[in-house]
Amino acid sequence: MKFKATTAIAALAISLPALALADADDDTLVLNGEIEMVTKTAAPAHLADSLDEVISGWHMRSDETQVMQADDFDNPGMIFVEQAMDDWETEMGTKGKSCASCHGDVEESMKGVRAVYPKWNDNKETVYTMEMQINDCLTNGMGAEAWKKSGAQMARMEALISVQSRGMPMNVAIDGPAEATWELGKELYYTRTGQLDLSCANCHEDNYGNHIRSDHLSQGHTNGFPVYRLKNAKLTTAHGRFKGCVRDTRAETYKPGSDEFIALELYVASRGNGLSVEGPSVRN
Amino acid sequence: MKLSTLTLVASFAAGTAIAGPVAPADVVFTEDGAVEASLSGAAGDAANGAKVMTTKSLGNCVACHQVTALSEAPFHGNVGPSLDGVGDRWNLAELRGILSNAKMTYEGTVMPAYFVVDGFTRPGNAYTGKAAEGPLDPLLSAQQIEDVIAFLATLKE
Ligand code: HEC
Ligand code: HEC
Repeated sequence: MKFKATTAIAALAISLPALALADADDDTLVLNGEIEMVTKTAAPAHLADSLDEVISGWHMRSDETQVMQADDFDNPGMIFVEQAMDDWETEMGTKGKSCASCHGDVEESMKGVRAVYPKWNDNKETVYTMEMQINDCLTNGMGAEAWKKSGAQMARMEALISVQSRGMPMNVAIDGPAEATWELGKELYYTRTGQLDLSCANCHEDNYGNHIRSDHLSQGHTNGFPVYRLKNAKLTTAHGRFKGCVRDTRAETYKPGSDEFIALELYVASRGNGLSVEGPSVRN
Repeated sequence: MKLSTLTLVASFAAGTAIAGPVAPADVVFTEDGAVEASLSGAAGDAANGAKVMTTKSLGNCVACHQVTALSEAPFHGNVGPSLDGVGDRWNLAELRGILSNAKMTYEGTVMPAYFVVDGFTRPGNAYTGKAAEGPLDPLLSAQQIEDVIAFLATLKE
């Protein structure tokens, strides 16, 4: 097929604003006046062909939203973290144990955990998300019921665990036994779905920095998850967000906790390797 | 905007083509991705085309394109180029091709195909996140596409 000269003109017209906006704003995020967050950094090696720099979604939000995340007293997500602190210490299930019975002080034992999940679990011989590990502790360790995948109680426990790693760089492993899952996630990331026929990459790699309606497109990283969304005043998990994004392509979504979303979570997390853990971040 | 005169131009051009309506599977594209024949067999109504372009549940074109003539509608995006002056850049057949299946004009484009009903991965039932039930409807009807291109033809510098 012959493409017209106008195609080049159109392509130029889009690439100009993309260049201007792609570097987002130049604000810096210092949490509670203490923790310096890395919100822009060199892209991990595996992205060499597609991105030079990875940028936290924080940069694409309005100043008001950005400020809310900079101080725990202003971050509405922290209420849920407090609730999860209660859960942490509550005995649940037939074995009369709480999370604290095995893990003690959450600030000690959960430091650094969020930064490396999802990760390969040797005993289970599969890639584990934090949610899978939490449900494993609940059912096997405590004799309790599993929590609903991506449900409110799960999201707030993930937020509590995430808080213990804030400021640490995302650092999920993509090689060794996790590689096959990572490859599946990568394939899904680039697969165009739905009647709008759009992939994750179409919005978050090709068009970050641009606007779709009032939405300022980010690179779609997961370092801020779970996120507190002003839109519905609650925490959203990564799988909850993926589901919304796939639905918006007029596609049949995958389910939270599905093999597809586990793989996608690993792959998307690896794209953000190097960015600081921010969860619970604030987004619109 | 002088819609009335320009609608006339549009209807004249459409009138020269073979009478439709055409099913999505039967649309004939030229080598350059244009579609010569009116999809509905009738002329387009530019005023309705403007409405289709700004309505979220219909064309939702302003989600990706800035259009000065539609500036009353909020939140124009910039994923696609500005459509100002697009009536000078493309004729009706070319615009019809871009609307029907933009991939025939721009390989791999992110612009949705508004008159295609098959070949999708995991097509959903509109925006419910559930699987589509039965055959898909095109995103816009044949007449809505004719209306949109009638409006686009009015966008001259
Ligand atoms: C039609 C466009 C579109 C597609 C396709 C899309 N997204 Fe999104 N996504 C958005 C918008 C709009 C937002 C909200 C603004 C932002 O953060 O980019 C968003 C936000 C996100 C976020 C939150 C980022 C943050 O910092 O809060 C993640 C993660 C994400 N998307 C992942 C994905 C994944 C994974 C896919 C593919 C399965 C995908 N998206 C497909 C439009 C899209
Ligand atoms: C998801 C984004 C998106 C949506 C929605 C969209 N477009 Fe586009 N459109 C594009 C992009 C991107 C291009 C440029 C082609 C390319 O390089 O891929 C384009 C190109 C065009 C062109 C050629 C522009 C020129 O300057 O030559 C026209 C005309 C057009 N679109 C009309 C429409 C209309 C009318 C609608 C709605 C019925 C619409 N588009 C919806 C993304 C979109």
